[in-house]
Amino acid sequence: MTRVFASADSSAVAVGIDSVLTRLIDVARAQSGTLEIVRTGSRGLHWLEPLVEIERDGKRIAYGPLSLADVDARLLTGSDHPKVIGPLDEHVWFRKQKRLTFARCGLTDPLSLEQYRSLAGWTGLARARLIGREATIDAIMRSGLRGRGGAGFPAGIKWKTVAEAKGDRKYVVCNADEGDSGTFADRMMMEGDPFALIEGLIVAGFAIGASKGFVYARSEYPHCNATFRKALGIAKNAGLIGGDFDIELRIGAGSYVCGEETALLESLEGKRGQVRAKPPFPAHEGLFGAPTLVNNVLTLATVPWLLANGWEGYAALGFGKSRGTMPIQLSGNVRCGGLFEVPFGLTLREIVHEFGGGTVAGRPVKAVQCGGPLGAYFPEALLDTPYDYEAFASKDGLIGHGGVVVFDDTVDMAVQARFAMEFCAVESCGKCTPCRIGSVRGAEIIDRIVAGRGKPADERLLRDLCETLKFGSLCALGGFVPYPVLSALNHFPDDFSDSVVRRKAG
Amino acid sequence: MGKFDARDLGTPDAGQGVQVRLTIDGVDVCVTEGTSVMRAAKLAGINVPKLCATDSLKSFGSCRLCLVEVEGRNGTPASCTTPVSNGMKVHTQTPLLQSLRRNVMELYISDHPLDCLTCSANGDCELQDMAGAVGLREVRYGYEGENHLVQAKDESNPYFTFDPAKCIVCSRCVRACEDIQGTFALTIEGRGFGSRVSAGMSESFLESECVSCGACVQACPTATLNEKSVIESGVPEHSVVTTCAYCGVGCSFRAEMKGEELVRMVPHKDGKANHGHSCVKGRFAWGYATHRDRVLEPMIRSRTDEPWRVVSWEEAIAHTASEFKRIQAKYGRLAVGGITSSRCTNEETFLVQKLVRAGFGNNNVDTCARVCHSPTGYGLKTAFGTSAGTQDFDSVEHADVIMIVGANPTDGHPVFASRMKQRLRDGAKLIVLDPRRIDLVKMPHVQADFHLPLKPGTNVAVLAALAHVIVTEGLVDRNFVRSRCESEAFDAWAEFVSQPQNSPEEVAKVSGVDAAAIRAAARLYATGGNAAIYYGLGVTEHSQGTTAVMAIANLAMATGNIGRAGVGVSPLRGQNNVQGSCDMGSFPHEYSGYRHVSDEATRSMFETLWHASLDREPGLRIPNMLDAALEGRFMGIYIQGEDILQSDPNTRHVAAAFAAMECVVVHDLFLTETANYAHVFLPGSTFLEKNGTFTNAERRIQPVRKVMSPRNGHEDWQVTQMLSNALGYPMNYSHPREIMREIAALTPTFAGVSYEKLDAQGSIQWPCNEAAPMGTPVMHSDGFVRGKGRFMITEYVPTDERTGPRFPLLLTTGRVLSQYNVGIQTRRTPNLVWHEEDLLEIHPHDAEQRGIKDGDWVKLASREGETSLRATVTDRVAPGVVYTTFHRPETHTNVVTTEYSDWATNCPEYKVTAVQVAPSNGPSAWQSEYAEMARLHSRVEAEPAE
Repeated sequence: MTRVFASADSSAVAVGIDSVLTRLIDVARAQSGTLEIVRTGSRGLHWLEPLVEIERDGKRIAYGPLSLADVDARLLTGSDHPKVIGPLDEHVWFRKQKRLTFARCGLTDPLSLEQYRSLAGWTGLARARLIGREATIDAIMRSGLRGRGGAGFPAGIKWKTVAEAKGDRKYVVCNADEGDSGTFADRMMMEGDPFALIEGLIVAGFAIGASKGFVYARSEYPHCNATFRKALGIAKNAGLIGGDFDIELRIGAGSYVCGEETALLESLEGKRGQVRAKPPFPAHEGLFGAPTLVNNVLTLATVPWLLANGWEGYAALGFGKSRGTMPIQLSGNVRCGGLFEVPFGLTLREIVHEFGGGTVAGRPVKAVQCGGPLGAYFPEALLDTPYDYEAFASKDGLIGHGGVVVFDDTVDMAVQARFAMEFCAVESCGKCTPCRIGSVRGAEIIDRIVAGRGKPADERLLRDLCETLKFGSLCALGGFVPYPVLSALNHFPDDFSDSVVRRKAG
Repeated sequence: MGKFDARDLGTPDAGQGVQVRLTIDGVDVCVTEGTSVMRAAKLAGINVPKLCATDSLKSFGSCRLCLVEVEGRNGTPASCTTPVSNGMKVHTQTPLLQSLRRNVMELYISDHPLDCLTCSANGDCELQDMAGAVGLREVRYGYEGENHLVQAKDESNPYFTFDPAKCIVCSRCVRACEDIQGTFALTIEGRGFGSRVSAGMSESFLESECVSCGACVQACPTATLNEKSVIESGVPEHSVVTTCAYCGVGCSFRAEMKGEELVRMVPHKDGKANHGHSCVKGRFAWGYATHRDRVLEPMIRSRTDEPWRVVSWEEAIAHTASEFKRIQAKYGRLAVGGITSSRCTNEETFLVQKLVRAGFGNNNVDTCARVCHSPTGYGLKTAFGTSAGTQDFDSVEHADVIMIVGANPTDGHPVFASRMKQRLRDGAKLIVLDPRRIDLVKMPHVQADFHLPLKPGTNVAVLAALAHVIVTEGLVDRNFVRSRCESEAFDAWAEFVSQPQNSPEEVAKVSGVDAAAIRAAARLYATGGNAAIYYGLGVTEHSQGTTAVMAIANLAMATGNIGRAGVGVSPLRGQNNVQGSCDMGSFPHEYSGYRHVSDEATRSMFETLWHASLDREPGLRIPNMLDAALEGRFMGIYIQGEDILQSDPNTRHVAAAFAAMECVVVHDLFLTETANYAHVFLPGSTFLEKNGTFTNAERRIQPVRKVMSPRNGHEDWQVTQMLSNALGYPMNYSHPREIMREIAALTPTFAGVSYEKLDAQGSIQWPCNEAAPMGTPVMHSDGFVRGKGRFMITEYVPTDERTGPRFPLLLTTGRVLSQYNVGIQTRRTPNLVWHEEDLLEIHPHDAEQRGIKDGDWVKLASREGETSLRATVTDRVAPGVVYTTFHRPETHTNVVTTEYSDWATNCPEYKVTAVQVAPSNGPSAWQSEYAEMARLHSRVEAEPAE
């Protein structure tokens, strides 16, 4: 009997892991061998998928990326194989990481309660119950954990505010509406270690005095939602939820702006996903008017580790006011795309080159967009910026939800700027004027410019519009779209002046 | 002149609370905690530009014009959504803010037609005003971009248009439909640039659930939702505040005028009954005033089958006076009488009863309240000492439990229903006692906690069962009863309701209501906090109408739900001035202020002031007058503003009685059905054409102001005065204020009422006298008017109108939103699009048994008569119950209803008639005969050739 570990994560399934395993079973049968296949979460090494780990002498030897042709008897016999990677823990990508939030992800069957428990599951919850509500909130506060959804607001302060808010009922809402292009950490967590999120939710419910938690997930993640729903069922059957505290999974209807917390709450209430003006903040008046803690998946899933291992260990990591680790999601035109968790403070250059290995094409990196479609484009000159909320902000950039998308020198930044405006126009809820009308006008102006029909004052107009969007928008969708637009315009002015010429030449 | 109030403070009042100090543009401001920066600024005289904010709606924060800067805070928060805080330093005009506002406005205008000069909202448009305020000078985006400029206009609604090209998506209409009206007919569909206002699921306004209350039109800052009358006539030039002449809610309106032309009626924000809200009738259905059917010249004839002859006012008045004198000479002093109108003013009503008592020399005066709320007057006077509801409408905001008995507020009293729905959405519980599933039982965001669908005619039994639970389960408010009520009467009542026949389990057998539901509803009413009862004609129009009113009063007293805000017993009165007409002494046994005619002191006071000797015997009620006519004892009647023939039960009996009279004088706007039996027609004036006052269901006296000359030449009180003078009893009023002075002098509850005070205060709730110089919003707060509250034994006695093999179904009647009573006014407006005919609601089970399908013609027959109409098959009614409206003369619903009436007040039992329903192939023989008669009897003689 040979044990084989392979990811059941969408990222592996999408590139054919299931056929690889079917072939592997056939190979084993031919040799009259038997396999035990353990479907795990993802290790985050997306560029190595389809990836299998075969247990031999107590070690998990990884092979990947495997095409069907690569699947042969050598995998089982241990003979030399061109796709052998070796034990992943020893892989450079792993050695450089500090996996706290994703510590378990990829190691075990995500739906095995037994394995979850064996890897320190539920110890954070037990600790919270032992030290009590106030000390739990205090630990979150001292850890320096900041909201991982994008805003980076100190989680402990939010917890404390909700805990102290007056209300007959309170809610915990997990924002799993991971809509930023180039991000997938929430999905990986819900597919790869769902009980960590469930544990985080139970701790939060306990700490703030909520009896109900909602997880608001995306309709675009059917595979992930199916896994998480199973996990909820298992937890319920085991009596872990459903008593004092229950969790319900709700699926959105395909709106990016529903990842904005107030629009998310509207949607959860069964209304049109439209942003609410703040104040009142959800901590005071959230879901159905009750005090509500809205936290991102990663924030909540980090909580069990914090409590189990102590806030000191978390706070000791990081850079400046950005404490602890960040699961960075690297994608785009990059050789080694995937998720890796590191303490804050690496430079963008280290992220793109040391983890990412440069561009796929081998061409020079021209721009790196951080923080999703509304994040700024960093030019080569700014790649030494440390990965830190404040350092990024000082360069008009965002950490956001941890997405890093790499572009080589063939990218036309005017097109990217237009894309930002178009994205905003498509995803705008339509409530506030700057976003509803401004995003459309923004795309039109850039079209005019790149088509060579621009008026002399158009750049001024585009900048005015960006200022109007930044200061005038009701939420971060309109408020942040100037980041990609202005960073493109400021760092890559040539793309706006001679686009038409280049396009004709190209 | 315009819809928009320059005094609009942007966001609603924050109510009572701690005061907060801040400075705005260097001005020190002190406002209540929770107030928005925008409102605080406006209160300090600082105008922050705004488009999506208005103080009638919760702040929304979408337009982004009202951005401000706050020292020490990042960014530019919207002043409408930012609450004030102590020590805050706000700047509303900085270079950044000015630039942002101009840029936001530039975006708006890049998707807006540039047709200001020809736009129907020119001069009445907030977008236009704001473009000016922010100094927009150019639109750098040009107009070639994506836009909504060629979207088609929706003109389906008869009163207003929806022009999406002009929409700025501020959502004010959507929010008004939700928050103010509570219909949820509008939404924003699509998202981003594609966000558009949509009625229903992309329907036209007419097809959607829109009830045309006008709240959206009122809220719209542009020409997107605009009155057709304004599109046609232009923006009005002056306005006059007056009171609606439809239902008993008494909405205050600004009549917006161009000279003497009414352009639109705009709900008045300061109106204390409606707080700026309206319904389709008051807001839009005023076109009857200029309808071609209006009769503007007096007419007489000697026989009712002759054509009418147009005569001068002098001739008509002289002829009438001589006929009344002749009849009194021939048949005696008691052979004539008069009917006051609940649609006319207090002053006009007062004059008609004065004419009867002093001029005719008898007490044969009655009013249409006879057929609606007379049991309310009697029942509440017996229990509490006052013939009126105990609360003001604002009280509902403090109610925790609302019990609706026999009323359909969303149709009958829509503006108050909207207030009630707001409270229900905010968490108040709802109990509905009604045979029919009225809209409030289940509608968007409102659901009754208990609907007790009782069999028509069993109110008293069910109310006693509720009392049974309250008494036997120990839920009585002992302290209240001990200190405020007669103890012996309470003990007797408690003993009575505790008897087994009043238990929910026994009552379930007669009423068909689940016993457990009765018990649960009773517990909720008694223990759910402030509990308020609102009731309507489903309570009064029964053979035990008065008993049911008393039973309601008993429930309120037993649970201590009287005498403060949020509780009470409130009749929802049907007509604009039915409260007033009763207050003014319209009943044959009572002078104004509900004092009996046999009371020597009162009578002598009247005799002294009126210089007349008055009859000490009560006169005839309407049914008695009709009976007396058939007996040859009652031969002349002066009817002001009521269509008795269509309104009163058993039409054939009424018709025969009129036919037996020698002089029937109808003083009305149109040739009513009663006019078919009249010998004299005196043209009436509309509420737009006269001065006076109406008193609404909350005892609120409100001014009615003349906005145009009477098209018929005379206000109604002037006509009554002419008739009185011709009869030899002199009246010399030059203005209704003089009549009000006389009312105040003769009526203790009105002693402090004057036009001067009404002008100053806007309205006054009686009693208004030395003890309560500003009027009385909530009654019986310290003690009952009669001293101690009186519990009455309310034994259930089934009506004599029984179902049986020939008439197995029970008919009950009611109204719809778009129509008003017998439809004399509303049938002469475009409101007809919502009610083309009266329909018979029948349960699918009863329909199937009879082979009736939706839309079929059916014959509706009772022991009294039969008529035909079309059926609508619905489970809104229970099996065994059928329901229809009485808005149209062709239907003659009252041919079917019986003369059974309330034991105390003769209020007809409209709500219970045993009937049979069968398929039919068209109008009944009676309908055809009547139609022919009506044609003959309403002819007007051709003008003689010059």
